[in-house]
Parts: sequence; C-alpha cells; structure tokens
Amino acid sequence: MTSDDRDHAMHRSILAVWRIEQPRLITNLSRMLRDVPLAEELTQDALVAALEHWPTAGVPEKPGAWLMATAKRRALDHLRRARMLARKHEMVALELEAEQQAMPDLDAALDDDIGDELLRLIFTACHPLLSREGRVALALRMICGLTTEEIARAFLVADATIAQRIVRAKRTLSESGLAYETPSGAELSERLSSVLEVVYLIFNEGYTAARGEEWLRPQLCNEALRIGRVLTTIAPFEPETHGLLALMELNASRTAARTDAAGEPILLLDQNRALWDQLQIRRGMQALDRARKLDGAGGFYALQAAIIACHAEAGTAADTDWPGIAALYAELMTVMPSPIIELNRAVAVSMVEGPEAGLAIVDRLVNEPALKDYHLLPNVRGDLLYKLGRYDEARAAFEAAAGLAGNKREQDFLKRRAAEAADAVKSS
Amino acid sequence: MRFMYIVKHPGPSTQPPPEMMEAMHKLADREIKAGRMLDNGGLMPVATGAQVRIADGKLSVIDGPFVEAKEVIGGYAVFELRDKEEAVAMAREFMQLHLDFMPGWEGTCEVRAFAGP
Repeated sequence: MTSDDRDHAMHRSILAVWRIEQPRLITNLSRMLRDVPLAEELTQDALVAALEHWPTAGVPEKPGAWLMATAKRRALDHLRRARMLARKHEMVALELEAEQQAMPDLDAALDDDIGDELLRLIFTACHPLLSREGRVALALRMICGLTTEEIARAFLVADATIAQRIVRAKRTLSESGLAYETPSGAELSERLSSVLEVVYLIFNEGYTAARGEEWLRPQLCNEALRIGRVLTTIAPFEPETHGLLALMELNASRTAARTDAAGEPILLLDQNRALWDQLQIRRGMQALDRARKLDGAGGFYALQAAIIACHAEAGTAADTDWPGIAALYAELMTVMPSPIIELNRAVAVSMVEGPEAGLAIVDRLVNEPALKDYHLLPNVRGDLLYKLGRYDEARAAFEAAAGLAGNKREQDFLKRRAAEAADAVKSS
Repeated sequence: MRFMYIVKHPGPSTQPPPEMMEAMHKLADREIKAGRMLDNGGLMPVATGAQVRIADGKLSVIDGPFVEAKEVIGGYAVFELRDKEEAVAMAREFMQLHLDFMPGWEGTCEVRAFAGP
C-alpha cells in the first residue's frame, strides 16, 4: 500500500465515522444554536478538523464523542462571538458553558435520545417552503451525510448545481426564521406529506437508474429506505410512514431480478422470482401490516404498497391476484385521481377481463394532456393491441413509445417490441 | 450493502455484566432508529444446541451437550450500510464497548458483506 493509498483509506474511514455521527451532531448543534444551516456548517467544520488531526494523531478511541466535543466547541465559540450582538445569546452561551463544565463526561452527550431531535431536523430539511429539489438535496446532505459532489453524481447534474440548490435552501431556511420544531395538529399531516414526498423522490431517482450506472444512483434507494426506517421508528403512529416504507421495501426487493446480465430491463411478470429478496419482502409486509393496523390501509402509499404486495405474494406470475390489484387501483383513483393510475388500472383490468376491456380504458386516456409525452401510454396500448392480434397498430404504438422514452435501454427495448410486431404482421 | 456481523470469542459463553447489556442495548436502539440495523440477536450456549453434520458421506445429527469449541459464536447482527468503511466503523464502536465494560474479554467481530447485487 502506498502512502497515497493509506491517506485515501484513512480519509474514507473518517468519512464513514462522520456519516454515522452526523445527524446527531446537527441535531445537538441545532438545539444549541437554534439555526439548522449554521449547525450544518459547523458539523462540516468538525469533519475538516477530524481530517486534519486523525491521520497524524490516530483515530480516537471514541470518535463520535470527539466529533461531538469538537462541534460543540465550535458552536460555543460562535455563541461567544454572537454575545457582542445579543444579550439573549449571552445567556444561552453561559448556560451551555456551565452545562459543558458540569458534564465533562463526553459519553453523556452520546446518550441523548435523538429521536425527537432527528424528526425535527427531517421536518426542517423537508420544509414545504423549500423547492422540491432543494428539499431533496438538503435531506441527502443533512440526514444521510452525502457530500455535494456525491449528490451531484447521484442525480447526474453538475456539482455547482447542487451546491447552489443547497445554498439557496439554507438561505431560505435562515431568512424565514422558521421555528425549529416538530409540527403538530393539522400542520403535521401537510408537513409529513412533504417529507414523505421527498423520501419517495429520492427512492425513485435511484430505482430508475440502470445497473452498471454510477453506483451512487442505485445507492439513493438505500438512503431513502434508511430515512424511511428512521421515520417509522421515530414517528411510529403515522400510518403513511409505514405505508411508504412498505412500498419502498417491496419495490427494492426486486432489484436483483429487474435487469439481465447485460443490464436490459426484465418486466415484472417475466422476472425470476427466486431472485426477489425475501428478507426485504418480509420487512415490507410487516410495514404494510402496521400501516393497516393504524387504520391507514386507504393511504396513498399504503395502497400502492398493497398493489406491489399482491405481486410479492404470488409464487408465479400466473398466481397474481389481478382482481385484487384492479380493485386497489380503483381505490387509489379515489384517493389521488391521476391518468397514470388509470393507465395502471387498465393493465390490471386487461388481466382480469381480457385485453379488450383494458384497451377500452386506455383509449379513453389517449387525449389526456398529462399523458401526451408519457411513453408508457403507447407502450401499454401496444401490448394490448399485440395481444388482440392487431399487430400493425401495435407496431405503430411501440414506435411512438420508443420515440418518447427517455433512456436508451427503454428505447431499445421498445424498438425490439416494434420489430416483433412488424414480424407478426408479415407472418399473419 | 448488507453486512453480517459475527461475534466470536473463546468459549464457554459468559453472561455480560448489566452495564455492558445496557450499553449494547443503547447502541442497538440508536442503530435501529438510524435505520441501519436490520436484525440482531445473542445466541444461547453451544451446549444447548444441536449439530447436523456430514462426514464420510454420511449425515448425522448430534444433540448436545457438547464439549465447548475453542471459539464460539456469541451473537450476530445484520446491518444495511454504504460501504466497508462504515461497516468497520460500526464494528469498532461495538467492540469498544467490550473494552470499556468487560476488561480482559477477548474476541473477534467478523464483518462480512452479503453476496448479492
């Protein structure tokens, strides 16, 4: 191992420790400073300090306590400086200083139950005041400990773009003078849905990534799952947090089966079910069960999870409970009317009543403006037409779908379907 | 990445002191809340278990009591983490508890990634 390799290994080890400790550092500092963006900056400073000291002095015995002590010292310095500006801060600083002196035992700092604090931090990072992109970037940075460069790589955008989103989001937080607190009552459900939306966006960004792409993209699924698990342990009475976790676990359980060795997508019904991750399915089913026990069976995420559960529980594609899925889509339409959900319902209905019935629903959606550029509409239409033996119409639909698909693998796949349909025209 | 942690120590197993149990419980609680720990458990002594063994092409079931092996598995945990560095950082923190609360204790925490995609 060269000294460069050693430096690199040390750097990675320090980052690993820091990522584990980071949410606790931010929450503790946020409580001291009442300023989340500032707290976030000071925890970054603690990382820089560790990167300076540990390679020469060695990793401390209790690295978490070291980081906490360092971060708190920075926060105290900050409050002392601010003392010139505001008497109120002086009082806080004195109190904290006294607290610090009375508790030299660093372990005590690690014993804090951070559940409520972490929840507060998540609610702040995902505040509806912030742009959706800003919320996603802040959550990945403050809750998952990803660096700006890592977030940029995961979302396939320039570093500067992410840096700018973070700066803007932090400025909005600082300027809005938001109370750093967990919302309650009517506000809670609005704020919670903003959090869940961010988590699901992060998950889907990772889920749509193809195998072999930059590994950080699929990693987004794990980050989203992790926040999802955090939410269910610190906000256990909210059925939709369990519903979302169930949806993510059940979807992620198919990861190994979703693509072939060359990275080509494999459709759900064609997947090798032996490759589905049974541990993850079990966790998803447990989460769905908890959502149902909390009277949340009809929630937006719980209903979607229930649909995926129908697939997860079917031993073979032929065992799939299509009437159940069609009914769940119909219920989902009442919770969140959307032409995309209706398109999915069409597929389920076609499995129960035949392709003709599905096509009737799809044809009603053809002029839907929201689906004008949505490649799955002509894709589903092509499937149903093909099954009905209307091969030439199917070919045209698959070609239209290929023209709309955003990623190359999907385009190639749809072109193959179009060619298949064209061959069928010739031989029929 | 999913990791299996296997804690091994020279047998026979002894009951950890209450302070150790408390510290482990706290760490486990923190890791569950952080969404990193998926599962964990301590194992009963080897003597109370059974072994199903294949030797010389024959399958045999050996029920306890056994002579304690030189090294026994005391417990395991399953974590979902980003990379090996994170996995090692977690193992260090867990093993540090043994240093703090069980002076004289010796053992190994084996960190193994799950095979998979």
